[in-house]
Amino acid sequence: MIENLVSRRNFLRGTALATAGLVLAVQLPGNTRRASAAVGEQSKFIPNAFVKIDTDGIALIMPHTEVGQGIYTSSAMLMAEELEVDLDQVRVEAAPPDLKKYMDPILFDQATGGSTSTQSDWVRLREAGASARIMLVGAAAERWGVSADDCRVEKGIIRHDPSSRSLSYLDVAPDAATREAPKQVPLKDPSQFRLIGTRAKRLDTPAKVDGSLVYGIDTRLPGMAYATLAIAPVKGGRIASMNEAAARAVKGVRDVVRTEDSVAVIGEHMWAAKLGVDALELSWESGPNASVSTQAIVNDMHEASLKPGVVVRDDKGAAEAIRKAKTKLDAIYRSPFLSHSPLEPMNCTLHIKDDRAELWVGTQVPVRAQKAVAEATGLPPEKVTVNNQLMGGAFGRRLDIDTIEQAAKLLRNIRYPVKLVWTREQDLTHDFFRPYYYDRVSAGLDDAGRLVGRTHRVTGSSVMARWAPPAFVNGIDPDSLDCAAETPYDETSVFADYVRHEPEGLTTAWWRGVGATHNLFVIESFVDEMAYAIGQDPVDFRRKMLTRNPRALAVLELAAEKAGWKDKLPQGRGRGVNLQFAFNTYLAHILEIEVVPGKEVKLLRSVLAVDCGIVINPDTVRAQMEGGVLFGLGTAMFNEVTFTDGAVDQSNFDNYRILRINEAPKVEVYQVKSLEKPGGVGEAGTAAAAGALANAIFSATGKRIRSLPLSEAAV
Amino acid sequence: MKKLTINGQVHDVDVPDDMPLLWVLRDVLGLTGTKYGCGIAQCGACTIHLGGVAVRSCQTTMDMVEDIPITTIEGVGDTPIGAKVQSAWLEKEVVQCGYCQSGQIMSATALLTDNPRPTDTDIDDALAGNICRCGTYVRIREAIHSVTV
Ligand code: FES
Ligand code: FES
Repeated sequence: MIENLVSRRNFLRGTALATAGLVLAVQLPGNTRRASAAVGEQSKFIPNAFVKIDTDGIALIMPHTEVGQGIYTSSAMLMAEELEVDLDQVRVEAAPPDLKKYMDPILFDQATGGSTSTQSDWVRLREAGASARIMLVGAAAERWGVSADDCRVEKGIIRHDPSSRSLSYLDVAPDAATREAPKQVPLKDPSQFRLIGTRAKRLDTPAKVDGSLVYGIDTRLPGMAYATLAIAPVKGGRIASMNEAAARAVKGVRDVVRTEDSVAVIGEHMWAAKLGVDALELSWESGPNASVSTQAIVNDMHEASLKPGVVVRDDKGAAEAIRKAKTKLDAIYRSPFLSHSPLEPMNCTLHIKDDRAELWVGTQVPVRAQKAVAEATGLPPEKVTVNNQLMGGAFGRRLDIDTIEQAAKLLRNIRYPVKLVWTREQDLTHDFFRPYYYDRVSAGLDDAGRLVGRTHRVTGSSVMARWAPPAFVNGIDPDSLDCAAETPYDETSVFADYVRHEPEGLTTAWWRGVGATHNLFVIESFVDEMAYAIGQDPVDFRRKMLTRNPRALAVLELAAEKAGWKDKLPQGRGRGVNLQFAFNTYLAHILEIEVVPGKEVKLLRSVLAVDCGIVINPDTVRAQMEGGVLFGLGTAMFNEVTFTDGAVDQSNFDNYRILRINEAPKVEVYQVKSLEKPGGVGEAGTAAAAGALANAIFSATGKRIRSLPLSEAAV
Repeated sequence: MKKLTINGQVHDVDVPDDMPLLWVLRDVLGLTGTKYGCGIAQCGACTIHLGGVAVRSCQTTMDMVEDIPITTIEGVGDTPIGAKVQSAWLEKEVVQCGYCQSGQIMSATALLTDNPRPTDTDIDDALAGNICRCGTYVRIREAIHSVTV
């Protein structure tokens, strides 16, 4: 039962929600801040409010946002487990912007990303549920004059069996509101879980199969107008000329608004707005980035990569060990700029008034969204209401608020509600892109075929430095060498450094799988190169380097067994393996492909073995593995964003190709039972894709792919 | 003024002849279940049934649709096959972000109406025009195979 905000506002109207019921401000112990936003320990921290019980029922306030990954269901399961209610008894609400209550303790922001949600919520949401339950049971016990220990809860009904009495949570909610939050909040032992670990049905999907779910782009308000826009094709460019009168003459056009670098036409529907933009006959001044090209950027990165970077790991002696090694390897790997292109294009609905503003948008960062509108309009943040909507995909794109900022600047003088929708072309060409990376790697193997030294220099933009400056410490971006400085393998001699290089003319951003997606392509391809260089089987070679890592070994063995790694393949077929520890999850991926000369690579079968610790919802884990790996495979096969004369060359799905059903392999997912803390699953599959694909191509053809996408590599 | 029959209901709309049905549905009639993804017949998010045939509403202009009954995702559940497809989608938990799924369900329903027992190749042919950015293809295939018409 996901409440869409428009309908929720209706039922809130008329109910004295805030006063009538219990708003449990669940007191959780504080914690100490960590200095870095990198993967960290799950922590408990400042007071939270995740549970709300009132005359409307039981609401779970979701600190994380739903982009399709299933977090509304998984996080609701955590709370419902300890609150002792069923999922169909609860209503899920998006948390309002409130950093104090809803900050993700790993990301240090009210943000959904980096596959941290379950890791962040694992303890705090169970504690929130348990704490609420203890208070409610305490209230019932007091009313009955019995000990709380003699009461039990079943589906939100508190029962005192000795006297056969029962009360519902709603009955005791007002009493519970006057009670102190418990200091100690014991949590269930995993053996007692009744919800966690089950294939609970997703809460958000029924409204997604009948068209009733209202995404941001579906917002409709009384008196609302529709707008679309054009933005300078080159970053830093500006409008040189436009024919505003012609746009205003288009039937159905109501207003034309502009900033230096963009213009929006507002009309009675999207079609009028689009025709209005076309009628503008825009011409642009390109500005300082007029000569930016991919080739120039890559040349600069090549130069930058020749000089030493900031040292991220130095075991001493890596270079020396390589020098003395029997077998030496050296390689350069390149990963392209990428677009997020979620299927729901960027959009933003704003109703700006003189003294306040209201925003309807799907965002992974509601606090930043609120601030963006406040800054553009000059209103204080608390005067900006954010109605966060479920998202038609995000993949990192909605961790940035540039589009909301742009909308607020364009619409700041408009006093009626306007929905501004980016066309696919404007969305893709003005994306914030996954950085281009230029990697130099080397390794040495001794007589016995053991890896004795490895170096890795990553050159590329630091998203962290822009997005979370406090986490960019001493020139080190903790994301930039994630999965490269540390691998699952027995390695004692590694040197890794990072050269920050910011390309001109574009903005870089988080993209599904972040550092792991880029680095695993490099590392897992390079480990394969090592194996072949000494004539070893790639799985055997990895296996031998996992003497201290039983969880990694277990997923590798499981994937190898299920994929039939030892079975001979017909001519033209190949199998590639990718092993990783990323987002606190172990994952082995074995991909089988077919290469027919003159034809595109055919993806046949993808086998994934995953150990993500305790599983909240096994079906969601499977779904994220399936979707994640296809997302990564399609990208590795087809995608790169390139620049010519400062502008993006790709514009829509005809030239930025997305994997289709006829191109998708079979996907099999095997899950290892574990009692370890949960790891992240939303991005792991994506990160596991490119390495396995490149290795499979080598196994089929003997050609080593060191640059993505494949189309460039002429397979 | 034009008459449109959508999900069995007649609507009078006053819009230009060259206006794509997609925007009429979404912005004029408030039927927002039909989605915009690309506007150039690449993604299938805007798929509807026009006289029972799955078409891209972003490419279907008003002058093409008069007198032909239209079904959208909001109405497809009223057909026996559409209802089965929707419940198969929920049973197999196909959906992730869901943004493509209106279009996927419309394409799948059209396929199953013509061909009650589609092979994998039939599914590929009928649904290759529907992009799912979340990569739910494995389950779309499973769900279609699970429907018994
Ligand atoms: S919006 Fe019509 S096919 Fe993409
Ligand atoms: S479910 Fe997200 S695009 Fe298909």
